[in-house]
Amino acid sequence: MIEKGTWVIKDGFANMFKNGVIMDVTTPEQAQIAEDAGAVAVMALERVPADIRKEGGVARMANPRLIKAIMEAVSIPVMAKVRIGHIAEARILEALGVDFIDESEVLTPADDKYHIDKTKFKIPFVCGARDLGEALRRIGEGAAMIRTKGEAGTGNIVEAVKHMRTIMTQISQLMNLPDDQLMTFAKNIGAPYEIVKIVKEKGRLPVVNFAAGGVATPADAALMMMLGADGVFVGSGIFKSKDPRKMATAIVQAVLHYDDPTILAKVSEDIGEPMKGLDMATIAPEERLQERGW
Amino acid sequence: MIIGVLSMQGDIREHMNMLHSCGVEGIRVKTKEALEKVNGLIIPGGESTTITRLLDSAGLRSPLIHRANDGMPIWGTCAGMIVVSKSKINDEVYGLGLIDIEVKRNAFGRQVDSFEVDIPLDLIGAPPYRCIFIRAPVITRTGKNVRILGKYNGFAIMAKEDNILVSSFHPELTNDKRVHRYFIDMVKEYLASHGKSDT
Repeated sequence: MIEKGTWVIKDGFANMFKNGVIMDVTTPEQAQIAEDAGAVAVMALERVPADIRKEGGVARMANPRLIKAIMEAVSIPVMAKVRIGHIAEARILEALGVDFIDESEVLTPADDKYHIDKTKFKIPFVCGARDLGEALRRIGEGAAMIRTKGEAGTGNIVEAVKHMRTIMTQISQLMNLPDDQLMTFAKNIGAPYEIVKIVKEKGRLPVVNFAAGGVATPADAALMMMLGADGVFVGSGIFKSKDPRKMATAIVQAVLHYDDPTILAKVSEDIGEPMKGLDMATIAPEERLQERGW
Repeated sequence: MIIGVLSMQGDIREHMNMLHSCGVEGIRVKTKEALEKVNGLIIPGGESTTITRLLDSAGLRSPLIHRANDGMPIWGTCAGMIVVSKSKINDEVYGLGLIDIEVKRNAFGRQVDSFEVDIPLDLIGAPPYRCIFIRAPVITRTGKNVRILGKYNGFAIMAKEDNILVSSFHPELTNDKRVHRYFIDMVKEYLASHGKSDT
């Protein structure tokens, strides 16, 4: 019997992105540049996070016309973002045939208490997380892929590093716990007990784990791979840089060769000027996108 | 015996785990030096455009073609099948042309159309194999020396020409080791015919 939308199909698809770079694009032309540079997928949106941050207002799912135009422009998978908890936007993206949905804190949340029940969809979801508890809650809701939240649109890697290190540290703490302490561990981090047990057994998250939020240079991408990311999302970092084509190519190379400093030095040479970054101290706590999500 | 997994991009770890559970030493192949050490090579699933661009930039195209011509078994799964085919992948980028087939990318549609299904595969015998198709390609043309090993809905989804094996689906995402064992047997034969010991 033929089966679609199963967990094997969702999780298996996420595995195909590993060791790859997924790039935010706002036009079909940008999508083409991303594909030519070797992106494994593109994220279709109307404004990159740096512009959402600057312009303010309510940030929503992109217009279906734009998403369709981007889907027609490239042969690689196309992802798109929905607001946290916005089931209708997610159904629209599924109807459009988008390959992966990002339930994203970069857009303005639609629900201040609940995330989408992602098990009800045939299309796989990726969600952001700052720590192990948040990651496992999202997996419990059906997310087939996790990414760090970082702080999108800042070009500052510090928050993505913090989130990746937090998740990795919590996993290693969990690995050292006797089984009779797992329930209390699950309670303390607010995670589903059954998934905590799986993490202990595997020694890692049960789904693909990417870095996102603040990647602005090839070295940033390599750093996240060194810290254990399976791959990297780059949002504003490419198309807010002076030479997107070069930056995109260099970041793809950096993810492949993250463990070879000689190659990293070479690909970091000719990238043009990266996006201007933001110091976290200049962003008020209530303006931090990572605080969105529950 | 050492089997390499081409490690440009994709589900490398899943193939490594499968090799390990079959009791075979697997290594990640990113460089010409690593390629020289292996007796067989798996090209994993992932994005064919990305894998091809990266292997070209790493200078692996001609060493790979050389090893294939020398008889070393190579198996491409999904994107890997596209990479070893004769098809045009993107702009001026072509597959390695190791097997005389042409393929159609995303032949069943987008992710929403990805599926799993049981298919009988003669070469591994009963029971049917759980084939996982993820934005999968199919074979649209085969040369006269290519043997079609599996079909679904009239599409060729598995084939072999001499030392090159291809599958549209992902055996590495299952727990069924039969296709990996079949490839390992191809590598054993290659070693035996080249007078090398299987150690």
